Amino acid sequence: MSERTTKQRETEETTDADAKGGDGTPTTVTSGATSTVRALENAGIETMFGVQGGAIMPVYDALWGSDIDHVMMAHEQGAAHAADAYNVVSGRPGVCLATSGPGATNLVTGIADANMDSDAVVALTGQVPQSMVGSDAFQETDTTGITAPITKNNYFASDADTVGDTVGEAVALAGSGRPGPTLVDLPKDVTNNETDRDPGMPQTPETYTPQEEADADAVETAAHTIEAADRPLLLFGGGVVKADASEEARAFATEYEIPVVTTMPGIGTVPEDHDLCLSWAGMHGTGYANMAINHTDLLIAVGTRFDDRLTGGIETFAPDAEVIHVDIDPAEVSKNIHADYPLIGDAGRVLEQLHDALPEAPDADEWREQCQTWKTEYPMGYATPDDEPLKPQFVVEALDEATSDEAIVTSGVGQHQMWASQYWTFREPRTWVSSHGLGTMGYGLPAAIGARLAADDDEEVVCVDGDGSFLMTVQELSVAVREDLDITVAILNNEYIGMVRQWQDAFFEGRHMAAGYSWIPEFDKLAEAFGARGWRVDDYDEVADAIEAALDYDGPSVIDFHIDPAENVYPMVPSGGANDEFALSEDQL
Amino acid sequence: MSGGLEGPPPEERASPDGRRNSQGIRIDPEVEAEPESRRAVLSALVQHEPGVLANVSGLFRRRQFNIESLTVGPTTDGDRARITLEIDEPEPGIEQAKKQLQKLVPVIAVTELEPDAIRRELALIKVDGSAPDQVGAVAEMYDGKTVDVSRESVTVEITGSEQKIDAAVETFGRFGIHEIVRTGTAALERGTRKTT
Repeated sequence: MSERTTKQRETEETTDADAKGGDGTPTTVTSGATSTVRALENAGIETMFGVQGGAIMPVYDALWGSDIDHVMMAHEQGAAHAADAYNVVSGRPGVCLATSGPGATNLVTGIADANMDSDAVVALTGQVPQSMVGSDAFQETDTTGITAPITKNNYFASDADTVGDTVGEAVALAGSGRPGPTLVDLPKDVTNNETDRDPGMPQTPETYTPQEEADADAVETAAHTIEAADRPLLLFGGGVVKADASEEARAFATEYEIPVVTTMPGIGTVPEDHDLCLSWAGMHGTGYANMAINHTDLLIAVGTRFDDRLTGGIETFAPDAEVIHVDIDPAEVSKNIHADYPLIGDAGRVLEQLHDALPEAPDADEWREQCQTWKTEYPMGYATPDDEPLKPQFVVEALDEATSDEAIVTSGVGQHQMWASQYWTFREPRTWVSSHGLGTMGYGLPAAIGARLAADDDEEVVCVDGDGSFLMTVQELSVAVREDLDITVAILNNEYIGMVRQWQDAFFEGRHMAAGYSWIPEFDKLAEAFGARGWRVDDYDEVADAIEAALDYDGPSVIDFHIDPAENVYPMVPSGGANDEFALSEDQL
Repeated sequence: MSGGLEGPPPEERASPDGRRNSQGIRIDPEVEAEPESRRAVLSALVQHEPGVLANVSGLFRRRQFNIESLTVGPTTDGDRARITLEIDEPEPGIEQAKKQLQKLVPVIAVTELEPDAIRRELALIKVDGSAPDQVGAVAEMYDGKTVDVSRESVTVEITGSEQKIDAAVETFGRFGIHEIVRTGTAALERGTRKTT
């Protein structure tokens, strides 16, 4: 069925009316809309994601002759997530486009997601003409008001002459310092009005001056503290990925032989199979990472905001540790955890500064041994009994096995996300693409689309999804088929909002209120109906073949793995508990 | 329900005795008292553009900083406005409020004013009109003046520190206060010291 669809797509004549131009020359500025597009071209934007609509039509029309590729998404939320993942994988700003009113409000989840994970996403939204703003016009909403708390900065463009500069600033700001989402609201009169004023090259606002290098004396003091530490521990967060500082991070850890834990967004900053790496810490992090956090006497935290899913209860977090906190955002320092040695600056640069200031490695043989002991004491693992259904961890490991070290993994949110991050062995930064801070179910599929367009052709893109998450944004499968994107969606299907079910069993006496699906679509057939390939897998002996077939298929494919609905995620630090209180099974909660 | 991992259970793990307080600072739990809050006056120089005030007040609301007063007005530079904020927070909260405020892109500079900074507030107090002479006498006592008189009411204007206004309001209470409005504190550093 899907082959027929593919062939149909290939043989369909594209009419002139559907053939977007772009002749390698920059857009000529004649209006606010063309100025907007020119600003994006000046900023080096190559791809954007969006959904058409009344108030944004002038901007879309201006894209007609531009070299910028546009991916028409099924829903604006998908556009924002795709732009987000495009940024995570490429490091370049992701741009999404939507109309006013519902178009803008549909973006909100994706913008909030980008804000929590410090992703450089630029949202451009249409707005009713300025003469109608405030009149409750058709498809009017206060977009800058709604998005103020979830953007790094937002703009209401009021003049065709300057709109291009504003758009350029929004792109530049999103990607500089601590990255984050920006938004420009574009009233239709501003985009329609004539102007011939070329926007300049994108520039950050004058008042925005992030500090790149840490104070030299502070570095010196911190370096002495590292040298004197008995139980030093590096904690690498998402900031290390954002700063492209994995190389510096790896060099620092290996040269001074300091054990490393990461946060979830910091996954891939160091290879997870390295001796010094204890994988990621937090609520469902490894036992050994959490033990190390709890027993370190010097936590060297780089690019992390000490989220509650990492720290558990503040009172018991790394209670014996002094904290060196490296971050480019001063507001993150001593926000949740007091920093004894704050070092404000770019992660890579400050790691180099520390390296230059630190002649001797700390004497930490015993501590390293202790960390290795915890690794053997609290192994990650699972059993595969014959009389129980397929285990999700097995599926994740099989996918990891079948793909390269550079494969990119996206996920939704819930149990499947935890299994994917626990049982996939990540070795490179920007290969783990997930919704960490906001915890947005439905992130995985649109993220796979954005990731695919950002990734090199030889990097596989796998979306490990849950049945609940997949259903939230499943419409984006139509985009993957239309754009002929080679992605593999692996649904770990337990016919539950699984993490809720797990919590209901642990904390609500097993009352599964609104957690189970009494009926759920057959995802393999749903995939075929969309024009993708689909498989259903129930048994261990079908796993490898289905994965091979799906990876071989040059287009979007979906494998519906029916897994053990009773399987739970462990370890688990109870909410607000100490990191070393992680439960290994339900009776320990 | 199934699943589970091997390893010593929680009660068999040696756990450190150290503790942090709710601000994430390491403490000795035996001697630590709850941090006391204090009043701080912050002055922020901002871009004079639409939405800045909403952004600043929204920031304080969503991060749950206790805001006591907020005033805003233009400066001699047409592109810039000054916001004066009074907050009541324990020490780490005040630091955090300053940093979060500074992080807003339209905010140019933030400082906390010295305790001896000049602080002034203006109040208009409308009281019952049955004893205008007595009202005038009290107003004079507070260096205020009568700004409106009608058969039913007398309105006086008082300028001064928050404490002085509080005292004046209490005194005028005996005439029967009909309506009152207060501007909140505006503040500048003394002498050559710069505010921001």
